[in-house]
Amino acid sequence: MSRGRWAAIGALAAAGAALLAITAGGIGQNLVYYWGPTELHAAGPKAVGASIRLGGLVAPGSIRKGEGASHVEFDVIDRPGGRVHVKCTGVPPQMFREQIGVVVEGTMDKAGYFEGRRLMVSHSNEYRVPGDGEKVDVQKAMRSTQGLDERQKPQEP
Amino acid sequence: MTAAAGRFLILAALLLSSAGAIVGFAAGARRSASGWRLTRGFAYAFAATMAAANVLMMAALLLRDFSVSYVAHVGSRSVPDWVALVSLWSSLEGSILFWGLIIGGYVAIATWRNRALHPEYMPYATAVWLACGAFFAFLLAGPAQPFGSVFPVPADGPGPNPLLQNHVLMIVHPPFLYLGYVGMTIPFGLASAALLTGRLGHDFLRPLRNWLLLPWIFLTVAIVLGGWWAYEVLGWGGYWAWDPVENASFLPWLTATAALHSALLTERKGALKGWTVTLVMATFLLTILGTFMTRSGVFNSVHSFTQSAIGPTILVFLALALFWSIGLLALRIDRLAAEGSLVVGAGREAMFLVNNLLFVLFTFTVLIGTTFPLIVEAVRDVQMSVGRPYFDRMAVPVGVSLLLLMGVGPALPWGRATSDQVQRALLAPAGAGVFAAAIAFALGVRSPWTLVTLGFAGFTTFVTLRELTLPLVRRMRAHGEGFGQALLESQVRRGHRRTGAYVVHAGAVIAFAAIAVSSTMGTSIEVQLREGETAKLGAYELKFVKAERVSEPHREALVARVAVSRGGRDLGTLSPGMNQYENQREPVGTPDVRTSLFEDLYLSALNVDPDSGSLGLHAMINPMVAWIWIAAGIMALGGVVALVPARRLAERPQLEPAVAARVAAQG
Repeated sequence: MSRGRWAAIGALAAAGAALLAITAGGIGQNLVYYWGPTELHAAGPKAVGASIRLGGLVAPGSIRKGEGASHVEFDVIDRPGGRVHVKCTGVPPQMFREQIGVVVEGTMDKAGYFEGRRLMVSHSNEYRVPGDGEKVDVQKAMRSTQGLDERQKPQEP
Repeated sequence: MTAAAGRFLILAALLLSSAGAIVGFAAGARRSASGWRLTRGFAYAFAATMAAANVLMMAALLLRDFSVSYVAHVGSRSVPDWVALVSLWSSLEGSILFWGLIIGGYVAIATWRNRALHPEYMPYATAVWLACGAFFAFLLAGPAQPFGSVFPVPADGPGPNPLLQNHVLMIVHPPFLYLGYVGMTIPFGLASAALLTGRLGHDFLRPLRNWLLLPWIFLTVAIVLGGWWAYEVLGWGGYWAWDPVENASFLPWLTATAALHSALLTERKGALKGWTVTLVMATFLLTILGTFMTRSGVFNSVHSFTQSAIGPTILVFLALALFWSIGLLALRIDRLAAEGSLVVGAGREAMFLVNNLLFVLFTFTVLIGTTFPLIVEAVRDVQMSVGRPYFDRMAVPVGVSLLLLMGVGPALPWGRATSDQVQRALLAPAGAGVFAAAIAFALGVRSPWTLVTLGFAGFTTFVTLRELTLPLVRRMRAHGEGFGQALLESQVRRGHRRTGAYVVHAGAVIAFAAIAVSSTMGTSIEVQLREGETAKLGAYELKFVKAERVSEPHREALVARVAVSRGGRDLGTLSPGMNQYENQREPVGTPDVRTSLFEDLYLSALNVDPDSGSLGLHAMINPMVAWIWIAAGIMALGGVVALVPARRLAERPQLEPAVAARVAAQG
């Protein structure tokens, strides 16, 4: 092999390594975690500032609407004791109500509440508040969420 | 009865394609003319049975024959006939059946057109196509059987996915996508044949390039139609979200575009043969990967995709195709001896190389971002996704570089350019670029990336227009022809491929500018309104007049009537709403868009209540979005110009004299 070819291979390897480093860094900073309140609490300070899709049920009696209804607060639960307070700006979607599955995009605030940027209603059929020892299947709710479905163009190759 | 006939046709297609593939490989290896004739027969018969199976399914869908499992799955008596017909591609089994129709059509036409040409390559190519056809026939015969028998026969079915019924674009988008996706099988077969014979002669490059260009045109249109559909239907006001489904269609487009460019270099210089073939094969593999990603449900959960057999089956096919490609490349690539050598100075060749490097870089970043969550979930059982900022951060610099390159490359001369030549070639376009950026700044554009994009767009527009008009002007001067005559001679009769390429570039420049402006210059509000209340958005006044219920045969709609005016001038009424389909619990939002060349006013209802007279409204101004759709039309037109007359004009291949002499000397 000629020196030129070795040089070319070296340059390609260097470019590949650089690319890998950049993409790895880019991915690491832009991960979106799919969590319920339980996982959110388990993550502790790691959740503050991270991109999170929070899934769970809207706790009964917890909805407070602000002025002009473009601000809403509620609690999301996934099991007894697994509860997170959510503050959301924006108009809630059509189906939004108590005991419905929701997914909220946003992040954990230092003050201990979840700052929601986007509120979506889940399509899952389970609207029962979890009893002792029960836990909402957050991942399942997540999958059937309007937000996921609406972005997903169905039935294409 | 229908179901049994359908199953018979699928089995026949499977047998015919498998037999054809075996005979084709044997005919290629033995150079047997009769074997090649037999292979062609199998190819035509395969296409005919696939077509018959599709006709049968369409008839069953239209007649609402619920004894056929696919009709029972997606059919409904309450939907209009056009919805019943397009239900063919509304769900998994039907879409694979439709896929079979298209692969059959492609194989038959590609075989027919080359029946008397390239006898050493064609049996191999047809064999590879038929092997791919056999795989899809196998899917239909087993894991994705659309012709199952249903007993007892249900009286009615649930109807197709409501999102598909919600807009006409869903009729046209999937066929284009399939034509683009499936069409990549043809260049894959041709590339395999080139590797199997160990030769990529000059006369074989033309079919390879043209058969790559045709699905590229379809794929380009399909990607934009998909974005357009998302924009008109989904209601979040955007057209691209780096969703895995979108990325699946974008990845093969990137490698196919790269291959079209490297094929040009191969054609002119006789170099980069192995690289071109590699890109063509990668394109096909990415279409299969895309099929796997969107058809297996793997993005719902890594662990649920095994619930249907189709995911693992496609994965096995992908693995086989990957081994086939890598194996062929490893064993044969050095046989594809370059005829010419590449002189890489600061000339146009170097720009082609940079172009290819950027496209491959783009492909890798999108591929990694798309598959990363799958790998993490498989390994660590954690659900996550890679957020949009990752893709944007990667795509913007690469895209902007490609935009600049699209101007720099054509401006430079072939071969080694002196720095003086380079300066002279780039000075005037650079002026145009600065001018464009200055105008944009004066018009209020402040985002740095948008300013850079518009500046580069000015640069590239200058070069593209110069290259488009140069032959025309020359001809008018040299031959004293009138404008019309010179236009016909220079752009259509002689340089149609060149003309087409620059028309595609012009469309791409418009797309870049429109994407940059629409994604950085929009404004939006979210408000809750009562009847009679008015919201302000930019210069628009949006008055919520009333909410009402509208009944249609297959759906109920909640519609908000919003009177739009600007500066006191009435602009009519927009009607965003929610459609409630039968058998669907949740309503589907339907935005309403007022489109103009300058900007779109986009209204999306978040909630509508006719009883209390309230409306939750998401209103957006999206500038220049219409130009993205126009740009796609221009790109497709350019592709057609480059493609169509090629068969009528028996042009001689344009090898450079030195290369041609060497080829002749080799015999």
